[in-house]
Amino acid sequence: MLLESTTVAVEEFERRSGWSLKPEGACKGDVCISLPDGYSDPLDIESLAAQMGLPLVVEAEHGLWALGPDSVGGKTLVTAQTPDLRLDDLDGNEFRLSSLLGQKVLLVAWAPY
Amino acid sequence: MWQVLREELHPKGLEIVTVGLDSVGAEACRPFIEAAQPVHPSLVDPHHLVAELFGVIQVPNGVWIDEDGVIVRPAETSPAPPVDRVPMAGGDVELPQRLTEIFGEASHIETQPEDYHAALRDWVEKGAASEFALSPEEVIARSRPRTADIALGQAHFELATELEKRGSHEAAVRYFREAHRLFPHSWTYRRQAWSLEREGDGPLARFWQGPLSDDPESWPYEGDWLRDIREAGAANYYEPWVP
Repeated sequence: MLLESTTVAVEEFERRSGWSLKPEGACKGDVCISLPDGYSDPLDIESLAAQMGLPLVVEAEHGLWALGPDSVGGKTLVTAQTPDLRLDDLDGNEFRLSSLLGQKVLLVAWAPY
Repeated sequence: MWQVLREELHPKGLEIVTVGLDSVGAEACRPFIEAAQPVHPSLVDPHHLVAELFGVIQVPNGVWIDEDGVIVRPAETSPAPPVDRVPMAGGDVELPQRLTEIFGEASHIETQPEDYHAALRDWVEKGAASEFALSPEEVIARSRPRTADIALGQAHFELATELEKRGSHEAAVRYFREAHRLFPHSWTYRRQAWSLEREGDGPLARFWQGPLSDDPESWPYEGDWLRDIREAGAANYYEPWVP
């Protein structure tokens, strides 16, 4: 998750990471990571990264922070519920994977190189 | 490329979503998408979000998602339907030695498209009763490994693609290199970075993916496409598909 400051709104973090912030901690599927130091909105990403075990890479010269994904279960997925992927099409229109609920989906990644 | 399968299976309830992974963005994907003229959603993923979210490490990789938004097969080798091959170069044109070697290695790459597409048809027809639809526990267990190093590598990669987009190529290379070191099993992370070191400006410029003819010493990466595929063996370029 690329960020241009050290804070991020709870709603944005939840939408982009798939983790939900609840009284018991950060939860996804059946997995919860407790947050003993608590959190506030907007989130301090350094505190959140430390508590959740997320990598945080700082590129000071360009004013960029990259908050990496969790590795809590040692696997890419901690739940089989699909994340709501949001990406643009060629014309810059945002597409949400969740718009296809009710249909089966084959999601295929390709590359032009 | 996926159009034929989409035409066959869309009336039976399957939608296909294609995601082009390229830090260069929409303009790099456009010629391919416009040539294919897909009627299914065709998206552009400049930061390779599907690597982080689904575990894509190679292309093509596919994920099966059911009507309730539950993944029933995590990211895995997902061969495209066979198409009539368009020659990459004119018959009389002599390819540079490196490209001849690349095409030679590529001809030994193995996939199992018949098995995979038969399984896909079975799932579209039978849904959860298909033997190829995995349980949520199996989906999680089969999803690609993510160690702390891999997660850190993914953060570096995301930074690299953003720096590249902003025109800071040298800085991007530093982060690509670190991403490769931390997550050496991702072919897409390597191919993305290699493809940005273009040889000339022809249609094959981004497939060169190795030391450039005019200054081979300045190649900034440990590996390159030819070297890495020879080390891995072309037959291992894709993970074998496991039913």
